[in-house]
Amino acid sequence: MNINTTKVISLLFFIFSAFYLHTAYQIQVFSFDENAPFNARTFPIYLGYAGLFFSGLKLILPDPNTIKVQHKTLEYKKTAILIVIAIIYGATILKVGYFLTTSIFLFSSFYFLGERRWVLMFLLSFPFVAAFMYLLHGVLDIYLRDPFLQSIGVMG
Amino acid sequence: MIEGILIGLTTALTLQNILMVMLGCFFGTIIGMLPGLGPMTAIALMIPITYGFDPATGLILMAGVYYGAVFGGSTSSILLNAPGVPGTVATSFDGYPMAQQGKAGKALAIAAWSSFAGGTLSAIYLLFMAPSLSKVSLSFRSPDYFALMILGLTAIAAFSSKGQFLKAMMMVVLGLMLASVGQDSLSDITRFTFNNMNLTDGISFVLVVMATFAMSEALTIILKRNDPTSAAKQVSLTELGSIKINKEERTKMYKTIPRSSVIGFLIGVLPGAGATIASFLAYGMERNIVNDEEKEKFGKGSVNGLSAPETANNAACSGSFVPMLTLGIPGSGTTAVMLGALLGFGVQPGPRLYMTNPEIFWSIIMSMYIGMVILLILNLPLIPYIARILAVPKNYLIPLILFFSITGIYVMSFNNFDIYLMIGIAVVATFLRLYDFPMPPLILAFVLGGLMEENLRRSLLLSNGSWEFLWDRALTACILLTTILIVIWHVYKTMFKNTKT
Repeated sequence: MNINTTKVISLLFFIFSAFYLHTAYQIQVFSFDENAPFNARTFPIYLGYAGLFFSGLKLILPDPNTIKVQHKTLEYKKTAILIVIAIIYGATILKVGYFLTTSIFLFSSFYFLGERRWVLMFLLSFPFVAAFMYLLHGVLDIYLRDPFLQSIGVMG
Repeated sequence: MIEGILIGLTTALTLQNILMVMLGCFFGTIIGMLPGLGPMTAIALMIPITYGFDPATGLILMAGVYYGAVFGGSTSSILLNAPGVPGTVATSFDGYPMAQQGKAGKALAIAAWSSFAGGTLSAIYLLFMAPSLSKVSLSFRSPDYFALMILGLTAIAAFSSKGQFLKAMMMVVLGLMLASVGQDSLSDITRFTFNNMNLTDGISFVLVVMATFAMSEALTIILKRNDPTSAAKQVSLTELGSIKINKEERTKMYKTIPRSSVIGFLIGVLPGAGATIASFLAYGMERNIVNDEEKEKFGKGSVNGLSAPETANNAACSGSFVPMLTLGIPGSGTTAVMLGALLGFGVQPGPRLYMTNPEIFWSIIMSMYIGMVILLILNLPLIPYIARILAVPKNYLIPLILFFSITGIYVMSFNNFDIYLMIGIAVVATFLRLYDFPMPPLILAFVLGGLMEENLRRSLLLSNGSWEFLWDRALTACILLTTILIVIWHVYKTMFKNTKT
């Protein structure tokens, strides 16, 4: 059976809108605001109904411009690896610090995308991040916390 | 006005600001030349850097990036037949055939001069139109603003959806939903935070822009195995030919530029329309106006056919600043990003901007002239070399885009929750892009969400909960009627297409 993915996305959006609408009705407002013409839940409620309306229309109306994506040609593996590297980057940046995590993030991204010119990979990661960090920290005065550089005495 | 121009010139002509325009134009040209990476991505990547400057300088930098990106898009259209941005597709119709005939240098020069003239003329229109429109818009009330925002969102959905109006409207609603996360502006009641303290202040605008544009574009390039830099490797430094334009060609351009700049500017002012529609309309109009002999040359390297869309797309860029500067309502995705950045600076654009922050208002207008001059004298001779810079392999380009996106978010909040949220939104946006769900309506809706709720709140409270405010004033009713006509037109078009299918 051929499933129209746009319709599936519309169905997911319909369910999401229903959940949003349900949550909107649960927003706690002050008792004196309960019957006011407008309170904190009014706008979200309208949005919930708008979401149901548009996704519902998309679901029931015929879709002449069906988008067919050739999944076999898509590069899922490399995309997933990049996303995982980014998540690991997010998980370690506060504990390890900006310099080391960012440099490793760049170096590993180059590697997993197929790059093997080691010197260029190194230059575009560690020294590049150091220069960028100097620009942010030293020139633009944007404070960057870095436990690693602090531990080796490079940063105060 | 003279005083304003002098204020603008004083601000824009400082060494720092001239340097920013130059940097912006250069950086924008590089990003704009890469197919798929348009002005919105370029500006999004710049936002975190601009927060280190004062608002006028930050805005000047972003305006430079905007013009540079449009100019860069034209270059890749002419040299590679690979338009960097949709607004320069029409440029490739005659620019690329001209380049194939060995006249790439001439085509680039025609495009550069047309862009310069279009941008300069439209900046003059803006100079006169913006203050007058600001005065008129002072009489606007909350219902009018609410109706205008509905019109802006409907229009951008209609124009950016490529016939998929409902998809675009779903993106509008999603943008508004994302904007509703966090504390309610009046009562401070938290909404949709699910007891997560990180969401109490809402989702950062920069995060959403970075995720839906910079990061998701980088992921899309990998996912689709595109290589935006591959085409640049084909550019030969020796095959560009002369950049001189002869008298006959100049005469043709003198006629084309004024009319194309007017149409470009007017289309740019309309909410949601922008450079793409302006350039196609100008191309079509020019083709109908010229004589039969010239008409034959269209599509084969016509000077008029190249000059018209180039003039119009630059004029539309300036035009799109009009609703943002005068009403505080952006007319395009790109100006929505700039509006978000302005709000981040604590500056509220709108009819009072040119009174409360004249240096910002006028320096943006003045920096447009300066940007145009810099694009002309700096970029034209450097284009072949810039094109070579683009031959940086994708394996380096993509991680660097991701790096700038993540760093941009990290230096703003120093919170890894924002990084996770950005990755999550980017993954969803990448998936939605695969199925042609447009992102500009989402960004515009996200930026306007808070303002829209505020104006609806005031309107409903003043009318005691009645929706009559929508037709009480003639102006509100007219704006809403226009919105309804746009919706009916699109529903009709969809139904008609379905019937034919």
